[in-house]
Amino acid sequence: MNKEKALWIYQKMNEIRHFEEEVRRIFAKGEIPGFVHLYAGEEAVATGVMALLDDGDYITSTHRGHGHAIAKGCDIKRMMAEIMGKKDGLGGGKGGSMHVADVEKGMLGANGIVGGGFGLASGAALTIKTLKQEHVAVCFFGDGAANEGVFHEGLNLASILDLPVVFVCENNQFGEGTPHSYASASETISERAVVYDMPGVRVDGMKVTEVYDATREAIERAKKGEGPTLIECDTYRHYGHFEGDEEKYKSDDDMNRDRDPIPEFREKAIEKGWLTKKQADEIEEQAVKTIKTAVEFAGSSPLPDLESLHEDVFA
Amino acid sequence: MTMRKISYMNAITEAMDMAMDKDDKVILIGTDVAGGADVDHLVQDDGVHEDAFGGVFGLSKGLVGKYGRERVIDTPIAEHGYFSTAVGAAATGLRPISELMFNDFVGFVLDPILNQGAKMRYMFGGKAKIPLTVRTVHGAGVGAAAQHSQTLYGMFGAIPGVKVVVPSNPYDAKGLMLAAVEEDNLVVFSEDKAIYGIKGEVPEEYYTVEIGKARVAREGHDLSIVAIGKMVQVAEEVAEQLEKENVSVEVIDLRTVAPWDQETVIESVKKTGRLVVMDEANPHNNTATDIASVVADKAFDYLDGPIKTVCAPNTPVPFARNLEQAYIPDASKVLDVADELIFDLKK
Repeated sequence: MNKEKALWIYQKMNEIRHFEEEVRRIFAKGEIPGFVHLYAGEEAVATGVMALLDDGDYITSTHRGHGHAIAKGCDIKRMMAEIMGKKDGLGGGKGGSMHVADVEKGMLGANGIVGGGFGLASGAALTIKTLKQEHVAVCFFGDGAANEGVFHEGLNLASILDLPVVFVCENNQFGEGTPHSYASASETISERAVVYDMPGVRVDGMKVTEVYDATREAIERAKKGEGPTLIECDTYRHYGHFEGDEEKYKSDDDMNRDRDPIPEFREKAIEKGWLTKKQADEIEEQAVKTIKTAVEFAGSSPLPDLESLHEDVFA
Repeated sequence: MTMRKISYMNAITEAMDMAMDKDDKVILIGTDVAGGADVDHLVQDDGVHEDAFGGVFGLSKGLVGKYGRERVIDTPIAEHGYFSTAVGAAATGLRPISELMFNDFVGFVLDPILNQGAKMRYMFGGKAKIPLTVRTVHGAGVGAAAQHSQTLYGMFGAIPGVKVVVPSNPYDAKGLMLAAVEEDNLVVFSEDKAIYGIKGEVPEEYYTVEIGKARVAREGHDLSIVAIGKMVQVAEEVAEQLEKENVSVEVIDLRTVAPWDQETVIESVKKTGRLVVMDEANPHNNTATDIASVVADKAFDYLDGPIKTVCAPNTPVPFARNLEQAYIPDASKVLDVADELIFDLKK
């Protein structure tokens, strides 16, 4: 970690948080079709991982993909337009919140299918390996996806082929409305790594530095041809599974409610001398402006042309 | 072109070999596509790998020796895992040929095909290409029973974003395979295992058969029979029988099930006014019913009688030899349904 990385991380954390707060606000106004799954609370994971990636590295994402997309460098204005179903959206308004993607940025898509990313990321890693590129693929997935059968298939295959992929579990304690403690026979997800003959690491997903350090080791290992790593990030979503979820499954005295990665990192970065208070304040103010601009851009973007309904089914 | 007679299965092997030779980005991935991975005695002194299977039907035999285990990748029996891996590889620059050993195993690979590979380009606003060829095997007739014999290409063909080809002969098998690998889209290449051994004239050279274009296998003016895969042979048999009775049959080999060639089929119906569609799939919600529906809509005024479909019965594929033979559409079933259309033409 250094000043440059810390500056970038703090900027992206704030952009993600404000982005999600704005999505929540305009969703409540009825300006977003369908449903949205907010990433607020989990910012340390996306930024801690993505601080180590560039455009040539690939990621696969989840239902809760806005944070990953922002941290991977997707255009924030066009993301907001996509989520609102507008012509200038990253997918021309045809994908929406659950399918935000930009392949040129290495972002292979949020995914509407729980567990959809295990193979896709392994496939990107297979491309990297076959074409001898100096890159990695990262598969973000939730604690819920860890109980899908393809978790086993994906990790097993990636391990036997020594693919340069990092599996990052965002354990936010709930798969939809069902607690991880109920749904998983193993106490942690990371302990399952041992059966796939790969390192399994569990970190505090509210601490960017822990995510960053674990990811750095995993990437080094992957690039050396030593295969995948499973990293479990203990985190928490501030809001429900989707907007409108009553969150009945969360208890009032859950200590997780007080965990917030953004003030945590601000304090640490200032203490370590990576950021000054002034810089941190400026980043916070700028993030609000960036997101405001994105909302204005998306709001004024037209609806997609009707002809586009029939376009891009085939190349 | 230098022609020689080779089998349907050898034509497919030759096509995969040529595709891999032409482009390093073409890989083969699946269960036992080579077989014997990590088995020391299958690695020769010069480092060349020998396969244990070369595909369960032997269609990829020899390819691992030529292209190595980096490009001929044996997977665990984990179709969901390796198919989604193939989709991810296709989206990022490789051109995989991924093998689904029997199309009946579709339950394990439906998500990567239905939700990932078929939809990425559309959802991402045209910014993804999925050059993935799915090789699979359909069809009854070899005693493989209910879970290894069904005909499901129509199910894949119902998915927007998926193209489906079904070769009926060795020439098309090679040309359609090479076309499928060249495509920047997900193409299901569905082989009929019951005709793996049939032989036909195939050029030694590289060539492609256009995807989406049907072939008029035999010209005629009284009755059109549209057929898919091994049903084309049956249709030709029917045509020969009816010729003796003064009825001229046009046989159309559909070649591509999705998107199927409406123009060629409708042109034929305009000429003959009578249509029978043959499809070894079960009788409802299949390619034959789709063709019947489109022709009824677009060429109704040209029809001199009802459109007939000849399909398998609405049952799983039975095992016993006599039951399996009764299950597969044959010439007598076509002649039965065609009779209502052509009785007045017969001599």
